[in-house]
Amino acid sequence: MKKIKLLLVDDEENFVRTLAERLQIRELGSQVALSGEEALDFLAKDTPDVIVLDLRMPGIDGMEVLRRVKRSKKPIQVIILTGHGTDKDKEEAMRIGAFEYHKKPVDIDSLVFSIKNAYRKKMEDMMVAATFAQAGDFESAEQILIDDGMKDKAGE
Amino acid sequence: MSGEETRIMHDLPGEVDVVVSPARYRVLRRKIVALMVMVSVIPLLAMAVINLQQYHATLDREVQAPLRALLSKTRNSFELLLAERTSTVSFIASAYSFRDLADDKALNRIFQVMKQKFTGFVDLGLIDTSGVQVTYAGPYSLKGRDYTEQPWFNEVLFKGRYISDIFLGFRKMPHFVIAVQHLTDDGSSWVLRATIDTGQFDRLIASMGLDPESDAFLVNRKGVLQTSTKYYGNVLDQLPFEMPPMSFETTVRTLKDHMGREIYLAYAYFPDTDYVLMAVKPRSVIMRTWNSLRTDMVAVFLAGVFLIMAVAYRITAALVDRLRESDERRELAFRQVEHSQKLSSIGRLAAGVAHEVNNPLAIINEKAGLMKDVLGMGADFPEKSRFEGLIEAILRSVDRCRTITHRMLGFARQMDVKIEDLDVNEIIRETTGFLEREAAYRNIGLHLHLGEEMARIASDRGQLQQVFLNIMNNAFAAVNDGGTISVTTWQKDDATVGITIQDDGCGMSDETQKHIFEPFFTTKKGTGTGLGLSITYGIVKRLGGEIAMQSKVGQGTTFSIFLPVTPPEGASI
Repeated sequence: MKKIKLLLVDDEENFVRTLAERLQIRELGSQVALSGEEALDFLAKDTPDVIVLDLRMPGIDGMEVLRRVKRSKKPIQVIILTGHGTDKDKEEAMRIGAFEYHKKPVDIDSLVFSIKNAYRKKMEDMMVAATFAQAGDFESAEQILIDDGMKDKAGE
Repeated sequence: MSGEETRIMHDLPGEVDVVVSPARYRVLRRKIVALMVMVSVIPLLAMAVINLQQYHATLDREVQAPLRALLSKTRNSFELLLAERTSTVSFIASAYSFRDLADDKALNRIFQVMKQKFTGFVDLGLIDTSGVQVTYAGPYSLKGRDYTEQPWFNEVLFKGRYISDIFLGFRKMPHFVIAVQHLTDDGSSWVLRATIDTGQFDRLIASMGLDPESDAFLVNRKGVLQTSTKYYGNVLDQLPFEMPPMSFETTVRTLKDHMGREIYLAYAYFPDTDYVLMAVKPRSVIMRTWNSLRTDMVAVFLAGVFLIMAVAYRITAALVDRLRESDERRELAFRQVEHSQKLSSIGRLAAGVAHEVNNPLAIINEKAGLMKDVLGMGADFPEKSRFEGLIEAILRSVDRCRTITHRMLGFARQMDVKIEDLDVNEIIRETTGFLEREAAYRNIGLHLHLGEEMARIASDRGQLQQVFLNIMNNAFAAVNDGGTISVTTWQKDDATVGITIQDDGCGMSDETQKHIFEPFFTTKKGTGTGLGLSITYGIVKRLGGEIAMQSKVGQGTTFSIFLPVTPPEGASI
């Protein structure tokens, strides 16, 4: 899975650069955004496969970024990695459609494992969407790409 | 922690301490009892006193009335007797001429008839105007005696008749004299004088039929006894108490006689003579009745007071207990609110600290991790293994810090049930981890006997931690320093795991055991909220488990918890 396009979003540069380097060592190349705004700028130009997102940041915070990603209906999986997370935050993030939720500090191997799972999920979604599209069911195909959170809401 | 809590409790406004103080309830109880007793005893007492007085007055009247009647009757008899004797003498004086009476033989004959017809005449004599005894019939030789200087002679000349006081005659017999003046048509006068013994008086008094303790007698107005008495001396003795005021009507008075007896004195003055008739009845006769009545009433009164006191005391005790109970409940509720507020502020603080620490911790983690990565990729160098060891140590410390911060976050976490796949042994280890320091401090042996091949159970980690922590906290409170607490886990059956937490502490009485799971029940006076075990019970039940407890005073307590491998429906409420 060398081709995973990964975006790391965290205002703590010291942390995020080091993390990027460590992921690089584990053959996961990544881009870094140091704020919510930067992340959104990046998303306007490019579409990563997986985003590792901090929640508490000055300006546009992680939750808002997550919300916009999910609203964009792009097949992007988001992993939350935060030091501030409360259970409420976690619940909210999962409802909106985050793939997984990690608390800082995190074990690098479990993060790598999460990223790979997230990538696999993204690929599965794409495949299912493609299959629907082939069968001419474009509505269902689009639905696949809508956040999991919406499904949760429907289930309530 | 408990010391801290105690201190905070004492810093609270005074009301709490006042409410808790047992002296306050004692004072309250005393006041209520006093008030109840007062309002019931005072009317009772008043009634008893009034009744007694009423009875006393009634009894007095009941005794006085017959005494008065008897005295009046007897006085009439006396007056009748005196009148009769006086009439007899008057009759003789009128019926016979001076010449007849001056004849010794004739006088003697008349005297003999008188003696036969009327008892008590002792002698009869005729005295002329000059006061010289002319004739005399009787046992003494008094003829020729001159009475001119005698006061009675002057009185008879002045009043026409005279009845003397009693005197002792020559034979030492009590007598009295009746003298009557007779005026003839020609203006000359003479006096007929008769002596009568007082046997008639004694008979009249005897006929009153008095009881042995009573007495009746005649006195003259100077208080000299005219008849003999049982208690107050003989004839011509001075009456030992003062003469009552003059009254011709029968009068009853109460007084104390010379023997110290309380007596009723009934008396009546005779209008024409010097005599006063008296009857004495000791009050002790009626006092006995009255005393027995009084004793009865006092007994009834005392019994009543005792009953009132007992009832007042019991009612008040129940009332005050109820009051104290509700005060204590209020106090506990207050303390619990305070406790939970404190917990939640501690929780917020802990969460804030944990969040702030997590970020730098993450940086340390990544930096050290990167060092490890770089080291792993690079070529060997002499100190490589040492560096690897150091980095591992940093990473382990980071891990420990993470455990702490996550635990702090968990502390602040809401009480929602989150079912996950859990290893009970792991949770036990985690929980006992919190207490290892205290155990080491107090030299308490904390032994884990964790069963192997335990099924993983679906349950809530935080809640189970709280359950174990609560029970272990109690165990820690129960054991002395140097005591033992052992935790055992085993697979009870396919669907259930068992956890036993056993201590060798002070144990619990049966009474305590009965209430142990009730909310607000606590034996840790002042520091406990009484909620720990009731929350524990609630959690275990919610997770579909069972909790049981065995305890013996002085031997220790064992809590057993049984948890289902799969939670029942609705466990996540």
